Amino acid sequence: MFELSPDEWTAVKLSLRIALTATAFSLPLGVLAAYALARWRFPGKFLFDGFIHLPLVLPPVVTGYILLILLGRRAPLGAFLADHFGIVFSFRWTGAALACGVMGFPLMVRAMRLSIEAIDRRLEHAAGTLGANGLWTFALITLPLALPGVMVGAILCFAKALGEFGATITFVSNIPGETQTISAAIYTYTQVPGGDAKAWRLTAIAIVIALGALILSEIVQRFASRRLAQFE
Amino acid sequence: MIRFDAAIKLGTFAYEVAFESAAGVSLFGRSGSGKSVTIALIAGLLRPDRGVIVVDGRVLVDTEKHIFVPKHDRRVGVVYQDAQLFPHLTVRQNLLFGRWFAPRTERAIGFDAVIETLGIGHLLARRPGRLSGGERQRVAIGRALLSSPRLLLMDEPLAALDDERKMEVLTLIERLRDGFKVPIVYVSHSIDEVARLASPVVVFSAGHVVAAGAVDEVFGPSRVQAGENRFARSSIVTGRIVGMNAGYGLTEIGHPGGTIWLVGAAGAPGSEVRVVIKATDVTVSTERPQHLSIRTVLAGRVAAIEQEDGPLAAVTIDLPVHGHIVAMMTRMALDELGLVAGREIFALIKTVALDERGIASAGK
Repeated sequence: MFELSPDEWTAVKLSLRIALTATAFSLPLGVLAAYALARWRFPGKFLFDGFIHLPLVLPPVVTGYILLILLGRRAPLGAFLADHFGIVFSFRWTGAALACGVMGFPLMVRAMRLSIEAIDRRLEHAAGTLGANGLWTFALITLPLALPGVMVGAILCFAKALGEFGATITFVSNIPGETQTISAAIYTYTQVPGGDAKAWRLTAIAIVIALGALILSEIVQRFASRRLAQFE
Repeated sequence: MIRFDAAIKLGTFAYEVAFESAAGVSLFGRSGSGKSVTIALIAGLLRPDRGVIVVDGRVLVDTEKHIFVPKHDRRVGVVYQDAQLFPHLTVRQNLLFGRWFAPRTERAIGFDAVIETLGIGHLLARRPGRLSGGERQRVAIGRALLSSPRLLLMDEPLAALDDERKMEVLTLIERLRDGFKVPIVYVSHSIDEVARLASPVVVFSAGHVVAAGAVDEVFGPSRVQAGENRFARSSIVTGRIVGMNAGYGLTEIGHPGGTIWLVGAAGAPGSEVRVVIKATDVTVSTERPQHLSIRTVLAGRVAAIEQEDGPLAAVTIDLPVHGHIVAMMTRMALDELGLVAGREIFALIKTVALDERGIASAGK
């Protein structure tokens, strides 16, 4: 019963690759955006904040469609990236990773922003008067103190990316071996006669992976609160 | 050494302060009087609307010339009221943080010497979360000092400590100042601390300087009201230690006006000391008292009487040769004794009100 067929196995591996890629590329951008929102004052901050949160409130299909309009092969931006950098998103697994990253981004930024805002600014000032410039202060003080929140944000993004369906299928369709993630595969199997057993197996795997991510984030949270308790 | 002239408007608080100092300086005033703003301006945490700040011949701020040295380039160490140690680093890493950023050629202050002076060698492997208040503050002072600053700013460094720790840390600060030759800008609302450090004082009120000069001058006859609080009014009497009465555990301090007795040991015979005497601890008598428990009696003359419509009056008594003492009393007592300026009078001080904590070693 629990022997995975090659195409199921492909979907699982692809899902993990897409989710990991999405998280890895979102991470630095997420930290930067969270830091900007937590610490900087700049014109249009309100709009920037709203823009980042857009994928959270928009229907995923709309987000996927916007990506398609912007980055499809015939779209100006998509064509430009393809012609000059050889980067193609549409109907590729990279596009799936992009869609997943976009969908997971607001969750990631929220968690990171909260943990950066919780850091006493006077510690950063103290580092400054001791000779550390902005970058050093960030690297030696802000980032280490925000690390638990950063990790939680990354795990949330990973979990979201793993389960993403609407934006992905709209943007890069549902191509086995290229863009067919676990979610898309389950959807496909439920649409064909006799696909129930396959759908069940993938469902079980999805549950295991999701639980694993949850447990991991719980461990990180506990570790973080223990460390914080040690600080005070 | 320090030339400071700056103005800034923070909400409804208008701040405009100018002072100069050849070496260290104490900034004195109530909370909200602008002392901490001064620290923030010198450290580079605030940008003045207008002003010039020069430390050690280096222009840190000049608004007209559009000079504003960022805080990490100022080489000005800050010790905050609540230490602000980095919680994720060990004590050793905290101490070395600023040292690492200091230019190699300017690392004038030795790690071991600082550790030894501050007595924090046994804490190096620990994290700040597990330290006591006094230990934290000592580490914070060490951290600032090890960045080899040109100037050390201390913003109420003793405020979070209990009385015992206060004396302990204050002694260390004196030792550091004299041993490592770092000028200190010391912010406090405590006359005792300011008197003890004996640096020139700048007195703040509502964002402006209301008095400046040597400690004895500034806290001299009726020049400064230390807040409206009569309990904060003190005077400083300088005397010389005659010796210790071991049988009674008292120190005898000689003064031209009489003998001051002090509880506990205060130092070696012959050394000069400043005794901080609260105005509320001083009683006056028109005759030399007898049959009283009072041991410390100083003869002097009434120099000035301050009284308003309230029930209290402050009497400044000139002591022979030099110095003065302020006595706080009711207006009723003033009238019944018939005190007038120039009258000979005796200041009575309860010896139990004085102990070694009221002692300030004379400035260098």
